[in-house]
Amino acid sequence: MSTHSLLHIQHLSTYFDTDEGTVKAVDDISLHVRPGEIVCIVGESGCGKSITALSVMGLIEAPTGRIADGIIDFDGQNLLSLSKNHLRSIRGNDIAMIFQEPMSSLNPVITIGEQMSEPLIIHKKMNKKQAQKRVLELITQVGISRPEQIAKSYPHELSGGMLQRIMIAIAISCDPKLLIADEPTTALDVTIQAQILDMLREFRSQSDMSILLITHDLGVVAEMADYVVVMYSGKIVEEGEVVELFANPRHPYTQGLLRSKPIINQRQKELYSIPGYVPNPLELQESCYFHERCEHCMDICRTQEPPLRDVENGQKTACWLYEKEAAVHV
Amino acid sequence: MSEALLDIQNLKKYFPIKAGLLSRTVGQVKAVDDISITIQPGETFGLVGESGSGKSTVGRTAIRLTDKTAGEVRFKGTDIYSLPPEQLRQLRPKMQLIFQDPYSSLNPRVRIGEAIGEAVLDHGLAPASDIRDIVKEVLASCGLSSYHIDRFPHEFSGGQRQRIGIARALVLNPELIIADEPVSALDVSIQAQIINLFSHLQESKGLTYLFISHDLSVVEHLCSRIGVMYLGSMVETASRDELFRHPLHPYTKALLSAVPIPIPKLKRERIVLKGDIPSPANPPSGCKFHTRCPFAEQRCVEEVPVFRNMGGEHWVACHLV
Repeated sequence: MSTHSLLHIQHLSTYFDTDEGTVKAVDDISLHVRPGEIVCIVGESGCGKSITALSVMGLIEAPTGRIADGIIDFDGQNLLSLSKNHLRSIRGNDIAMIFQEPMSSLNPVITIGEQMSEPLIIHKKMNKKQAQKRVLELITQVGISRPEQIAKSYPHELSGGMLQRIMIAIAISCDPKLLIADEPTTALDVTIQAQILDMLREFRSQSDMSILLITHDLGVVAEMADYVVVMYSGKIVEEGEVVELFANPRHPYTQGLLRSKPIINQRQKELYSIPGYVPNPLELQESCYFHERCEHCMDICRTQEPPLRDVENGQKTACWLYEKEAAVHV
Repeated sequence: MSEALLDIQNLKKYFPIKAGLLSRTVGQVKAVDDISITIQPGETFGLVGESGSGKSTVGRTAIRLTDKTAGEVRFKGTDIYSLPPEQLRQLRPKMQLIFQDPYSSLNPRVRIGEAIGEAVLDHGLAPASDIRDIVKEVLASCGLSSYHIDRFPHEFSGGQRQRIGIARALVLNPELIIADEPVSALDVSIQAQIINLFSHLQESKGLTYLFISHDLSVVEHLCSRIGVMYLGSMVETASRDELFRHPLHPYTKALLSAVPIPIPKLKRERIVLKGDIPSPANPPSGCKFHTRCPFAEQRCVEEVPVFRNMGGEHWVACHLV
């Protein structure tokens, strides 16, 4: 794995203007993805993980949504300053994305084969015949037998697991450098999820493709990630290398998340649960956004936002418990 | 052994497949195909399976929300399918169902106090003057506040809505609760709260649960006995510890090994199943699992395996065990 980054998000802020006020869905976050690396963004609903992915893809829709600030550096160019056409040539070619619901990403009245050929014709400049041949290879590559029959079928004729495999086939068809996968296995059964995760890992090791994987499932994170970013209410609260982060979670939110997940063959009488609920994004004040649910809440947590700082072994956390200054204020 | 609270014997539920201009029946989906489950009072029985396994249909037929095709269901000894409508109605409060998405079962224009109290009035279980107090009490036991009583469903988060769903079932003082994927739509931190609520309520009110879920880690946490379903059939039932420590059926083993565990770089043996779950309208011959089973033999293609006792409470349907 090389050290330079393929994707470097710097101080990204994505806001949504609603009738009730501005929602800071992503609030000043920075992260790296290196070539061949799998970075997982983990967090609960509304934490901003999907919006981060959509921002990279240039899929934030105006006028409600806007990227308020930041740089998204991909392979040396800032995606946010590119023209629509230029961005379009990168999207699909160098960056591909798969979503939770494959059914809603595919056109129901066009055959699988035709939908798969489209990017090959546009991005890889293949003619129809070459594209058709490549489609059959791709279908086989994602572990589906009878490729000719599948190419002729329509999306509704296939199961959720098969469609997700087709989506992956489309995504990898132009040999992207970066694959963004937003909850790719959440809607699937566990035995199918295991197949899909295995397949993603395999593609990564064959082609050195980087993956930015967005998930709420800590189990999936542990299986897939090299590096983990934990988000809460639009902010990064903790990040680090996967083994270290699971062994030594620093932020009380990460600690709580890990403790509240039941683990097979490690049954406890009572599950730990984080009290309360996620704060309303319209009512956020300068503070640590987790303070109302935190066991270790101090005075400073209610009035000042903790910065994201290095703790140990490359791990970073945004928590006043680890700040020397905190001692002065308490 | 004492009398079972719920006794399901050889239950079958087939849905007709209709086609053509005259919508003639051209086939059948055997959603539930010869399932037997006995649940003792105070027990939590977990029903596990993937989509299309028929686990939700078992839940619905077990309390006669849809008609059965064959078999028998007894609630405290009474055959609920032979009861006349009025007597079945009297029994209804004792058997309650909780759904995955409580939002879709709440009327957006009805205040939640009313939504919870409605059934109590309807069944004449308490006078109208007592309803507010009863609702406040049940809200408190589900971890909500009494000021929530006059709010509308959209004012609540997913976790709170599930608490409302539980309150709605609980207000009728049920003995049996059938919970169909009650925590699947919730975030991890909220899921843990609701799972704990389920265990606390069981302890304080002596409830019996039929807990339907696809999530094995949740089922292990809550259930004392577990049944694993595949394409309408039960493939294995056992006590929790037995099932998780000594699974016998290859499908149970594969399911267990497929669950992602939040421990990075964990080395474990994994059975990755090939292919998809076949359509329940056209299930494979013999053992329905043979098309995906890594150990299948000729016999599995031809013969339906018998559901056999392996000692104690452990039952399995597999030729190779």
